[in-house]
Amino acid sequence: MNSIKKFFNTFLLIELWKGMMVTGRYFFKPKITVHYPEEKTPQSPRFRGLHALRRYPNGEERCIACKLCEAVCPAMAITIDSEQRDDGTRRTTRYDIDLSKCIFCGFCEESCPVDSIVETRVLEYHGEKRGDLIYTKEMLLAIGDRYEDQIAKDREVDAPYR
Amino acid sequence: MEYIQQLFDQFFGTEWGAMLFSLATNMTFIFAIVVPLLLGVAYLTFAERKIIAYMQIRVGPNRVTFFGIPWLRGWGQPIADAVKAIMKEIVIPTNANKFLFILAPVLTIMPALAAWAVVPFSPEVVLADINAGLLYILAMTSMGIYGVIIAGWASNSKYAFLGAMRSAAQVVSYELAMGFALVCVLMMSQSLNLGDIVNGQQGGSMLNWYLIPLFPMFLVYLISGVAETNRAPFDVAEGESEIVAGFHVDYSGMAFTVFFLAEYANIILVATLTSLLFLGGWLPPLDVAPLNMIPGFLWLLFKIAFVLFFFLWFRATFPRYRYDQIMRLGWKIFIPITLIWIVVIGLIMQLPETAKEIFPLNLWF
Repeated sequence: MNSIKKFFNTFLLIELWKGMMVTGRYFFKPKITVHYPEEKTPQSPRFRGLHALRRYPNGEERCIACKLCEAVCPAMAITIDSEQRDDGTRRTTRYDIDLSKCIFCGFCEESCPVDSIVETRVLEYHGEKRGDLIYTKEMLLAIGDRYEDQIAKDREVDAPYR
Repeated sequence: MEYIQQLFDQFFGTEWGAMLFSLATNMTFIFAIVVPLLLGVAYLTFAERKIIAYMQIRVGPNRVTFFGIPWLRGWGQPIADAVKAIMKEIVIPTNANKFLFILAPVLTIMPALAAWAVVPFSPEVVLADINAGLLYILAMTSMGIYGVIIAGWASNSKYAFLGAMRSAAQVVSYELAMGFALVCVLMMSQSLNLGDIVNGQQGGSMLNWYLIPLFPMFLVYLISGVAETNRAPFDVAEGESEIVAGFHVDYSGMAFTVFFLAEYANIILVATLTSLLFLGGWLPPLDVAPLNMIPGFLWLLFKIAFVLFFFLWFRATFPRYRYDQIMRLGWKIFIPITLIWIVVIGLIMQLPETAKEIFPLNLWF
C-alpha cells in the first residue's frame, strides 16, 4: 500500500507541486525591497561614514596634531604633518585621509583626545578620477563645518555609552 | 494583394514577377514572424527577471522607462540591455578557432528561428503548411545542438568544452523521450501537420484536448522541453556555479546575445508546441459564447504565456539536478514511460469501433 502511494506521489509530481506552491505563494507576498534613492534605511547615530574635522565654537580647529589617529589607523590612510604656530600651539599643516584606503573602522575617532576627527553619517560621495578620494585638511574642515549640527547631536546621543 | 501582384507582373514580366512576388510575400511573412518573436524574447527576459524577483520577494528591474512615463518603469530594461550588448566588443580568444567561433552563434539561432516556419498561429495563418511539420520541428530543434558543440569546441577552453559535452549528451537523451511523446500525439491525430493536430483536438471543450488522454506524455514533453532548452533545473550545460557559464563562457557582446536569443526563442518554441500539441492550440477551452468570441490567435498567445510562466516558475523553484540524475531521469524513467504509453494508445486504437463509442474514449478516438 505504502509503495503504491509512493509510486503515485512520484509520478504525479506531488513533491514538486508542493515546492512550486511555496514559490507561488511568495509571488503574491508584499515585497520588502527598499527603493534606495527614494527610500532609505534608518541610520544609527554611530554610523561611520565620511570623515570630518571639527572646530570649537570659537572657530578654532580642534586638532592638536597628536598623531594618535595616524598611529592607530590600521589601513595607514591618514598622513599628518605638523608645526608650531606663532601662538605656541601645535597644529597640523597637512591632514590627508586617503578614503580609498580607509576601512571605516572608526579607530581614528575613538583615539582622538579632542573629538576632532569624526566620522559623519554622509555615505553618498564619490570620486570621478584618481586622487578624488584623497581628502585634504581643508576639505575635511569644510565637511565638519557643514555637518556640525548633526555631528554634535550624534555625539550627544552617544555620550552616555562612551 | 492582387493589385501588388499585378504591379510586380507589369514591372518584371509575368515569369519574374510571379517569382519575385512570392519571394516578397514570403519575406514579409518571415519578418512578420521573426520581429514579434524577437520582441517576445526581449520581453520574456524581462518577464523572467520580474517573475523570479517576485517569487524571491524582490521587485526586479523597475528603473528604465520610456519617455519618463512612471507606470512603464522597468519596461525599457530589455531595450537597454540590447543596446548595451550591441555596443560591447566581441572578444575572440587568442587560441580560438575564429571561423567556428563566429559560426557557432549563427548555427544556434538559425534552427531556432527556422523552426517557426511551420508553426500555425491560427487555422489559416502559417508560413509553410507542410505535412511533415512535426518532423521538421524535431529536425530543426535537434540542429541547435551543433551550435552549442561548435561553440564549446571553438572556444578552446575547458569550461566551454565541458559545457558543450554536457549539453550535447543531455539534449540527445531528452530528444528521445520528447520524440516518443510526440509519437503518441501523432498516433492520436493521425497527422504530422501541426494544423491538423490542433484540429484533431476540436470537439467543444477542453476535455477533447490531448492533454487528458496523454497527460503523462504532456508531463514528459514539458520536462523534456525544459531539459532540451537547457533551462533550470536542467541547466548543467551552463551551471554557473560549476563551469562558469558552460559553452558560452568566452562569448561576449552580440555573439553572446545571439546564443541568448536562440535559447529564449527555443523556450518560446517549446511553449508554443506544448500549447499546440496538448493544450488545443487556438481552440477555446469551452466552445460557448464569450469564450469563442475571442480570436484563436489570442487563445494561442494566452496558452503560450501560461506555459512560459511555468518555465520561469520552475527556474524560481527547483535546484539544479545532478548530472547523473538527469541522465537517469531521461533514460530510465521517461523513455520507459513513453514506450508504455505508446503501447497503451496503440491498444486503445485497436479496440473495435463499438468500444470507442463508450464515453471517455469517444472524445478522442
